[in-house]
Amino acid sequence: MTVLLSIRDLSVRYQRDGVAALKGVSLDVLAGERLAIIGESGSGKSTLALAVAGLLARGVEIGGRMDWFLPASAGAKAPLSVLPDISPSRGEIGSSVAGPLLAASKIGEGGDHSVISPLEGEMSGRTERGAKDRQPSALATSHPLLGRDIGFVFQDPSSSLDPVMPIGKQIAEVAHTHLHLTWREAIAKAKTLLERVRLPNLDATLHAYPHQLSGGQKQRVAIAAAIAAAPKLLIADEATSALDTIVQAEIVSLIRRLVAEDGMTLIFISHDIALAASLADRIAVLRHGELVELGETDQILNAPRHAYTRALLDAHLGLDAEPLFDRQGSPA
Amino acid sequence: MSVLTVSSLAKRYRRGGKPFAAVDDVSFEINPAETLAVAGPSGSGKSTIAKLVLRLIEPDAGRIDFEGQDLLALSGATLRAKRAKVQMVFQDPLAAFNPRATVARVLDDPLRTHNIASRADRPRRIAALLERVGLDAGLAARAIHEISGGQRQRVAIARAIATRPSLIVLDEAVSALDVSVRGQILELLLDLQRQERIAYLFISHDLGVIRAVAHRVVILDAGRIAESGDARDVIAKPQSAIGKALVAATPRLIRNRP
Repeated sequence: MTVLLSIRDLSVRYQRDGVAALKGVSLDVLAGERLAIIGESGSGKSTLALAVAGLLARGVEIGGRMDWFLPASAGAKAPLSVLPDISPSRGEIGSSVAGPLLAASKIGEGGDHSVISPLEGEMSGRTERGAKDRQPSALATSHPLLGRDIGFVFQDPSSSLDPVMPIGKQIAEVAHTHLHLTWREAIAKAKTLLERVRLPNLDATLHAYPHQLSGGQKQRVAIAAAIAAAPKLLIADEATSALDTIVQAEIVSLIRRLVAEDGMTLIFISHDIALAASLADRIAVLRHGELVELGETDQILNAPRHAYTRALLDAHLGLDAEPLFDRQGSPA
Repeated sequence: MSVLTVSSLAKRYRRGGKPFAAVDDVSFEINPAETLAVAGPSGSGKSTIAKLVLRLIEPDAGRIDFEGQDLLALSGATLRAKRAKVQMVFQDPLAAFNPRATVARVLDDPLRTHNIASRADRPRRIAALLERVGLDAGLAARAIHEISGGQRQRVAIARAIATRPSLIVLDEAVSALDVSVRGQILELLLDLQRQERIAYLFISHDLGVIRAVAHRVVILDAGRIAESGDARDVIAKPQSAIGKALVAATPRLIRNRP
């Protein structure tokens, strides 16, 4: 398999607490694979997703390399993206699919020559005072554009959709911006996408607002927007964690189907090892910002090399879980 | 005698101008030292049942008997006295506490409000409560927002047991915890149940957790009980459509165990 993204020695430190969220993480994302990244809170799994998407805020210290190997068609002639100035510390990343949309609309307005690639400067490190070295432009131009080359699905669809914009327009905006469709074509595309994510009453849903939909339906809309520009890579960051078990299973099978149909690469971020295993070809286990173990799903489940992976597996309570109250004298 | 007996409970809301039944003809009972789980999809009425039992909202019909008394008929001082015996732990302990409070303040409140300990005696009682839930007594001076999620949920449990309740309503109480912490919190709850004979109304969407901790389970669908029974039996062989759907949707960890 060919490598889509090579991550080497990636380190991320948030200034707000000075804690290293990622410490020297190296891994390859293979083209067309479904890679799960699992870990508990504070493991750095979401930081890794944001770094790959180029969504980390400007003030965040980033070290290491990320090399993309996109097909020639992608990323070659399109304008570089703008990194929206949104800070994870203010929790605004979660509040916007607008990440891609915001970036896109600035480009759409044209004439903004200060555009930079999401990771340019960020990736090459910056001094304490905020001065930055730009990465070589050859590398910068090959960086994928969020929204066009990378689709991102966040945990909470209520806050990732714009509450005052009709559903159809939110999806069409992505197609309009990145595929350069007319609005009429983009709306038609949005309707097709709503059908692909299996939402009912297509015409009514196009004109509906997010509050009129259930949590699961909203996540379907967020997924439709994420794949609207036919990205090579789809990142789902705890995309089913806020949903109930039944809706979660539906969304996971939707993601599985869309990834297969479009030949996308999937990065699936989750705290749930069983859920990750149900979807992924390979699983990466993070703990305290370090990559503990990376392997084929079967190997991770049946022959984990690291004690922490074994502990995560043992802590899982499945439908075959032994009742705790039957165990006598088990330590608290 | 049961700790809690709920009979033909009903609660209706209006949604989009139309009435709908959040809880419809629900009956169950919980015995001392027993855990009854309530499972079901989003919107099936799980949390409405919790609020009704806690009398945070009033039912439209039905009866709630707690320790042999009609809970809905109580008011004033008698209701307050009974309230001490029914405690609660929610999913997000950060939202359940005043974020600026210290751990000591959080535990001082129930001891003071319910006249359980004198002012002079309370620091000792707070230290004992912290120790009981596996926390260092030195944590008392820390602010709620400074401690970890697992520690915070232990503080929530300490607050719940401060009044020596006979029933604790646990509404998705371990759902937001990391799996490594979750196991420890479940063990703590079971240990408290064995020692103090506390009954739990355990609301959860997670059948794996329910199988691990609950004696019996009630599965809700659109406000009504779809099925109920021994937790292991229901999960092994669900009879209702919603029970089957919940079991089918639960992710399985397929391992070739040694």
